[in-house]
Amino acid sequence: MANKISDETIEYVGILAKLELSEEEKEAAKEDMEKMLDYIDTLNELDTAGIEPMSHVFPVNNVFREDVVTNGDGKEETLANAPLRKEDSFEVPRTIG
Amino acid sequence: MSDILKYTAAELGKKIRERKVSVKEAVDAVMERIRTVEPKINSYVTVDEDGAYAQAEEIQKKIDTGEFTGPLAGVPVAVKDNLCIRGGLTTCGSKILSGFKPTYTAEAVCKIQKAGAVIIGKTNMDEFAMGSTTETSFYGPTKNPHNTEHVPGGSSGGSCAAVAAQECYCALGSDTGGSIRQPSSFCGVVGMKPTYGTVSRYGLVAYGSSLDQIGPIAKDVTDCAAILETIASHDPKDSTSVDRGSYSFTEALRDDVKGLKIGIPRDYIGDGLDEEVRRAVMQAARVLEERGAEVETFDLGLVKYAIPAYYTIASAEASSNLERFDGVKYGYRADGYDGLHNMYKKTRSEGFGEEVKRRIMLGSFVLSSGYYDAYYLKALRTKALIKQEFDRAFQKYDVILGPAAPTTAPRLGSSLSDPIKMYLGDIYTISVNLAGLPGISVPVGRDGKGLPVGMQLIGNVFQEETLLRAAYTYECATGKQYEAPAAGLGKGE
Repeated sequence: MANKISDETIEYVGILAKLELSEEEKEAAKEDMEKMLDYIDTLNELDTAGIEPMSHVFPVNNVFREDVVTNGDGKEETLANAPLRKEDSFEVPRTIG
Repeated sequence: MSDILKYTAAELGKKIRERKVSVKEAVDAVMERIRTVEPKINSYVTVDEDGAYAQAEEIQKKIDTGEFTGPLAGVPVAVKDNLCIRGGLTTCGSKILSGFKPTYTAEAVCKIQKAGAVIIGKTNMDEFAMGSTTETSFYGPTKNPHNTEHVPGGSSGGSCAAVAAQECYCALGSDTGGSIRQPSSFCGVVGMKPTYGTVSRYGLVAYGSSLDQIGPIAKDVTDCAAILETIASHDPKDSTSVDRGSYSFTEALRDDVKGLKIGIPRDYIGDGLDEEVRRAVMQAARVLEERGAEVETFDLGLVKYAIPAYYTIASAEASSNLERFDGVKYGYRADGYDGLHNMYKKTRSEGFGEEVKRRIMLGSFVLSSGYYDAYYLKALRTKALIKQEFDRAFQKYDVILGPAAPTTAPRLGSSLSDPIKMYLGDIYTISVNLAGLPGISVPVGRDGKGLPVGMQLIGNVFQEETLLRAAYTYECATGKQYEAPAAGLGKGE
């Protein structure tokens, strides 16, 4: 018990989660996560050896269909949602040199 | 005019078909009601007044020509703001989706549109359905219509408050860990989470995809069955949609529980349960017993492990599902960023609220290499064990009965400071999602402060009919009818 989240770990989680945290937020996040992980650790009281992880309650299989377009041209409607648009594209900051 | 607000959806639908009330009159009544009470309740993020009147005109024509003949034709309905409606704002209670207008409509919404319902607007919710109070919404908290100093519950708090406050006749919600049943209990309305796969999730903004399910929120059990019958379907657009064959849920509305075996888990009525809630739920169980059901208590195992398993799985799925909100294709984008990655980070940090960030970080952590087995897979194994416990219980019982929540609605502002304490409030609802089961919350009384208490009935997979029959029998036995909140809408204690 008593999980300890290091500065490096919270930094790494910030990268994975794509979140920018202030020093204050990092400290709060560390404390929150430690408490939550301590709580989640109660699951270790259970013997789950030999139990298959269950992602779905029912057996779920891939659902296949023919690759036929059924919707119309939604270009304008889709681009209308763009925070920043350049002609027929979503505009983002330059990604390569 | 205002008396027509008291009708249930089925009663209003009948009056409309008999031409005693016009669709426009129904919309007028709801809009007037919204103008009066919405400043105190805040059930809606968006009220689409012009759209509602345009729909009303179209729908009236189709009723007059005999095209619409169903129970929901002309009935004003509200939709939780995580269900997409083409061209209409869909916010999920989040800043990050500000201005977003979907390019398609959720399948469940299409179903109620095809049934001729009038969509009044989009209801408030905890941000991305993460919360139990509707206080994490970017658009301000919703208040409980029975006492505006208390929360309506969450995350479908806006939908439940809107039905309770007569700002619509029924509503759609979504339930990932109790988000239909708990606010239904707090607001004194009937809410059902169907078996996983019963209602298509196409067009529902995903939170925990393996747990999310859309369901009805209504004034009584009859309406609940009618809405479920309308929205349930096998939809190839949702690969987890199940073909159930029969979808006639209204046929289950029979006043008969003779021989029905009901089990009450000891852990559902023991420590941590408010005494007034316990009394109201046990009294309701006695009502069913008097009507011929066999009621006994039993030990359902692993109850306390459902919450930690749930928060691991739901956070993991949320961290993945919410990755798409990055300021590129829709919604909010931060100003003054430096390069692409900084834009993602700034947008997400400014666009998401505290509880959402908390779960995204926890989810990212439990899925990260080195922790995946110990946390994520452990939780999925626990889920398998919880499912086995329910399988065992349903060999003996037709229905599991208990409260929907340990207390009645807490005061505004009292829940968010201690997340784990807030999560503990999900104890009776959360395992139902893990096991994919159907559950319904039915109002069974009030506490000393006048706040509603809900009884939860849980069934085995695909046993919605049994739940509806038991809930309907309870309503018939008690002569229970929808109770409007006191005039003036709860000035507080």
